Amino acid sequence: MRERLNSAADALLPVLATLAALAVGAVMLLILGADPIQAYGAMWEGAFGSTNAIAETLVKATPLLLVGLGICIAFRGNVINIGGEGQMVVGAILATLVGLNLSSLPGWFVIALALLAGFLGGAIWGAIPGFLKAYFNVNEILSTIMMNAIAVQGMNFLLRGPMIDPAQQQLESKIPQTARLDEAFQLPRLVPTRLHLGAGIAVVLAVLVFILLWRTTLGYRIRAVGQNPHASRYAGINVKQHIVIALLLSGAFAGLAGATQVFGLNYRMITDGSATGFTGNAGFNGIVAALFGQLHPIGTIPASIFFGAMLVGANKMQRVVQVPSALITTLNGLVVIFVVSSEIWRRQRQQRRLREMGAASEGGPPDVPDEESKVAESEVVA
Amino acid sequence: MIVELFSATVLIGILASGIRLATPYLYAAVGETLGQRSGVLNLGVEGQMLLGAFASFYVVFLTGNLWLGVFAAMIVGAIMGLAMAFVTVNLQAEQGISGIGFYLFGLGLSDLLFQKMLGTVETVSGFSKIYIPFLSDIPVIGEIFFQQNVLVYVAFALVPLSAFLLNKTTLGLKIRAVGENPEAADSLGVSVAAVRYFTIITGGMLSGVAGASLSIALLNVFQQNMTSGLGFIAVALVYFGGWRPWGVLGGALLFSMVNSLQLWVQVLGIPIPSDIAVMMPYVLTILALVLAVSRVRAPSALSKPFGREE
Repeated sequence: MRERLNSAADALLPVLATLAALAVGAVMLLILGADPIQAYGAMWEGAFGSTNAIAETLVKATPLLLVGLGICIAFRGNVINIGGEGQMVVGAILATLVGLNLSSLPGWFVIALALLAGFLGGAIWGAIPGFLKAYFNVNEILSTIMMNAIAVQGMNFLLRGPMIDPAQQQLESKIPQTARLDEAFQLPRLVPTRLHLGAGIAVVLAVLVFILLWRTTLGYRIRAVGQNPHASRYAGINVKQHIVIALLLSGAFAGLAGATQVFGLNYRMITDGSATGFTGNAGFNGIVAALFGQLHPIGTIPASIFFGAMLVGANKMQRVVQVPSALITTLNGLVVIFVVSSEIWRRQRQQRRLREMGAASEGGPPDVPDEESKVAESEVVA
Repeated sequence: MIVELFSATVLIGILASGIRLATPYLYAAVGETLGQRSGVLNLGVEGQMLLGAFASFYVVFLTGNLWLGVFAAMIVGAIMGLAMAFVTVNLQAEQGISGIGFYLFGLGLSDLLFQKMLGTVETVSGFSKIYIPFLSDIPVIGEIFFQQNVLVYVAFALVPLSAFLLNKTTLGLKIRAVGENPEAADSLGVSVAAVRYFTIITGGMLSGVAGASLSIALLNVFQQNMTSGLGFIAVALVYFGGWRPWGVLGGALLFSMVNSLQLWVQVLGIPIPSDIAVMMPYVLTILALVLAVSRVRAPSALSKPFGREE
């Protein structure tokens, strides 16, 4: 029981941290000469005020959730994946190639194949920094950032040259975009909104990632490596291999996010030269969502919806109180800082608990993840 | 067209602009080196640069006073550094992730302020070239090294200065001790917190100036996300340079020279797809990281928060 109360308090921390960030946001709004209540009210209205608004919120939440699921896997394995942007791009490119080149096959088959290609593209783009970290000790934060830049330039090159829409090729404008996908290959939508099947896929995958992390040997090993690589090595786990797997899977989910953006939303790839132009910063915001969801796949679902709502609401806020929607990026940054900073209280409580346990049983702190307490925690979060 | 690349004028042009382009990397990476040697990984450099770039540009836009602009960039960078220090030292937050938070904060805020206070892309007249007497008259060498703006000279001067600080002064010894073994440093009476506050705030100031070197010296404009990943590369350069200022200089020059070459290749219309050319420095950095990291060892306490009770 006490364990559950403690876990509930842990789950509450990010909420408090977010409220603190929103309070700072309110001060910023005041400084900018806007009424915070009116601004946040407009955000709420824009995000949840109508069926269409809710659908848009879920549309924005989808890539955040998918990237966030990958982040849950990576961060649980103590690998910091900042490469979501690049992994999304590569996943989208591979998926688009499938969609544009297999036009004679049935629609559902091509969609499945394309999503798989997206998964694969992201996996490759994640596995490279994973491999470099495991076998060459290259810091994955830096390598994933470099991989982002490489992916973007690769995308720009492909969309301006080899993959350009043949129609654009004829025109003077030469807009760097691919041809539009065949209608049969588009993910089904919940008409009349833009909500597409990708959202459903993401939720199902959240459950699967939960099962992977807490109900399979592979997931257990990834978490064990994340918590204590030395103990894991003694326990006979191939640490290097699991570092690669964690980053590979993490990238794969981001790649899938990229593929669903193309097949569910835009039906083509188009570039403005930057990663953000395609991803809408989802590669970074997915990290924010996952952290907010306590690095728990199920917790990441409401977290993604929350940040999706912020992004959608920001546009409404911009119209109503004339504050640029860039405020939301600022707020996201603050949320990350506050959530990460608030971890100190959780750690302090945990240490106190361990000390009490140690005093009771004379045993040292457990080195590998304790299945019982983790399950209890996950139940509370869910 | 390839032949044109090897004419004297073009080669001098490539080298001179390579020196110039190294400036923002140098400020940011030297600052980051100080932080990392004391055990703190600051991934928020990009955000600090953007805010520094905006602050300096805006001040210059209003007053026309360039040094006031640099000062503004330093203040803004210092404030960001102070916040980063509080979060990583006092609250012992995960450094990599909180750095991403500071990046997003700076990215958003600089964009927000730009839209609210400027609205459109404006230009200012930034630092102009200073011809160093006699030296600038030396053929070739003068053109490459001694006809640059003042922020370029200061950036290169920072390298020996920071090397001296780290290796020959008591403060440098403390910084290195705190980065290698904070427990031991602490038991000898060195305040781990004070040293890290110093390095992170100094790093923030330098990142701010790095941003200013773009907005009021190199490009003389401010745009949203104008650093476009430069701050992250600066962090990579610290690893590349083996946490030594001279190594960082080597990395910065390699990077800026490749960049400069790439720009000239485009100017001359040599048929290499520009996207692929822009990609090359990043590929190079990854390769360099593979080689560099296996060669030298990072500060032992890098990115590990220090708490007395542990």
